[in-house]
Amino acid sequence: MIINLQKFIKNENKYWKELEGILGKFEREPDMQMTIEQVKRFHYLYQRTSASLAKLMTYSAEPEIHQYLETLTARAYGNIHEIRKQPHRLYVLKWFFQTLPQTFRRQVKAFYLSTAITMIGVIFGGFAVSFDPDSKAIILPFQHLQGSPSERVAEEELRVDDRLQGVKMRGATWYMTHNTKVSIFVMALGITWGFGTIVMLFYNGIILGAVTLDYILATQTKFLMAWLMPHGVIEIPAVLLAGQAGLVLAGALIGWGRRSSLRMRMREISTDLITLIFGVGIMFVWAGFVESFISQYHEPILPYSFKIGLGIVEFSLLILFLSRAGRKEEKEDA
Amino acid sequence: MLKDRTNTLYIRTPEGIIFSMLLAGPVTRFLAWGIDLACISVASSIIGTALIIFSIVSLDLAQALTALSFFIISIGYGIAAEWYWRGQTIGKKLLKLRVMDVQGLRLHFSQIMIRNLLRFVDSLPIFYFVGGVACLMSSRSQRLGDIAANTIVVRNPKIAEPDLKQILAGKYNSLRDYPYLSARLRQKVTPQEASIALQALLRRDELEPQARIELFEQIAAHFRTIVEFPEEAVQGITDEQYIRNVVDVVFKSH
Repeated sequence: MIINLQKFIKNENKYWKELEGILGKFEREPDMQMTIEQVKRFHYLYQRTSASLAKLMTYSAEPEIHQYLETLTARAYGNIHEIRKQPHRLYVLKWFFQTLPQTFRRQVKAFYLSTAITMIGVIFGGFAVSFDPDSKAIILPFQHLQGSPSERVAEEELRVDDRLQGVKMRGATWYMTHNTKVSIFVMALGITWGFGTIVMLFYNGIILGAVTLDYILATQTKFLMAWLMPHGVIEIPAVLLAGQAGLVLAGALIGWGRRSSLRMRMREISTDLITLIFGVGIMFVWAGFVESFISQYHEPILPYSFKIGLGIVEFSLLILFLSRAGRKEEKEDA
Repeated sequence: MLKDRTNTLYIRTPEGIIFSMLLAGPVTRFLAWGIDLACISVASSIIGTALIIFSIVSLDLAQALTALSFFIISIGYGIAAEWYWRGQTIGKKLLKLRVMDVQGLRLHFSQIMIRNLLRFVDSLPIFYFVGGVACLMSSRSQRLGDIAANTIVVRNPKIAEPDLKQILAGKYNSLRDYPYLSARLRQKVTPQEASIALQALLRRDELEPQARIELFEQIAAHFRTIVEFPEEAVQGITDEQYIRNVVDVVFKSH
């Protein structure tokens, strides 16, 4: 009970200011390390300020002091009761070579599911085109894919000039930004209990299956591989990783067989989601450049063997990276 | 779900202290987004203009950089601003909104990222329709991005200080001659009671003369039961003057 409010505020003000100073320092210097004595003092000040707030709670006077103490208590509470590790500094190389592949492996079940859904789409798209060639007009959204593959190949192989002269950078940027947007969308649709992510992956699979079967049936498999492989071996897995992120989000939302609350489940996966989506972004930057500068050029400008070889090397490195990178550190941590 | 809606989030600390946060509604948030959208447009135009210089080297490069900068600004603006300003963008700053962790804990970078990336779904089909509906349905006014990121948007309105000088200036307060009773009055009056007395004084000129007399009579009668002052302290003063003195004691502690 406060007998003399003015005296109470005067006495306690120095403790509130001290706490405010520590909190300000915390926020300015996230790397700040406290000694055990400083931690004790911080805790004491938090408790003292909380007690002041409790005393003033039923008091009608000094609404500004009341609000000030509420804010101070809230800020201190956020720091004292936080148990999650605060990533103060990002080590880019460590993140890329350890965190990203480790996260991928930790959530690999969602990746398998993402791949399975896409594969079902591929089979569906392949069947649709092989049994009903007219369905191409509905399935394939791109005008240049709706014509005859043989005619396109003949046309492309006649070119000896650089048809993309002066627009390659723009093209690379468009591929990067467009694909990244689509992937963020695929990931974000996980919030629809995974339904949106599944639809997007399935549809992506349909397009891929329809194009592949269309070119195979037209006996243009070599052209298809040389056209798609240089960028596709990175781009397609990137979409699958985005689907993986979306399914991880959906899994946390649904929470099958898990007793933790929705909040806890979301907290547990938040860092993994961000890691995966950043990884996807990096993959699209690479794929964008390759698609613009290599994939769009065909024989006689670029030999098919070179393009297919490049695709094989990229794909092998990607598999190696996702399956092996960061394993040693993983074992050490375990 | 709608009946559980509240505009205040209370957080109880393990020490038993409760602090409250006012939740921002969808309309205020939409307005803040409008301001942010304008900021993104302005920033993109300025950077786009500045990047024209690269057309000296290559027009292709200049156009690619412009497209890339727009992409980075449109996606990165919210993330960078909320990280740098601890949960605020320019729009949120202007409308006194702030993104916070749903449990009052420190806002993490991954939370900011998730809530901003999920805008892709919240903004569907146009003008944040999905997010707006989710906000209306949610008991904590959360859009889908907030649910996934465990965040809320709170508003910190500046409490307008009542103009006490206008209603109390130059008046002798007989209750102040009894400091112990005045202290007890400050102690016993609840915030709600104090607010009623203050509002009655601030709006007194809006009342009809008879209604004004009756209202202050009722309020004064109530306050007299809280703390009883000696007869000489209240003798000869009207009910309105009595309430004026009570407000003076409660709100002006120094």
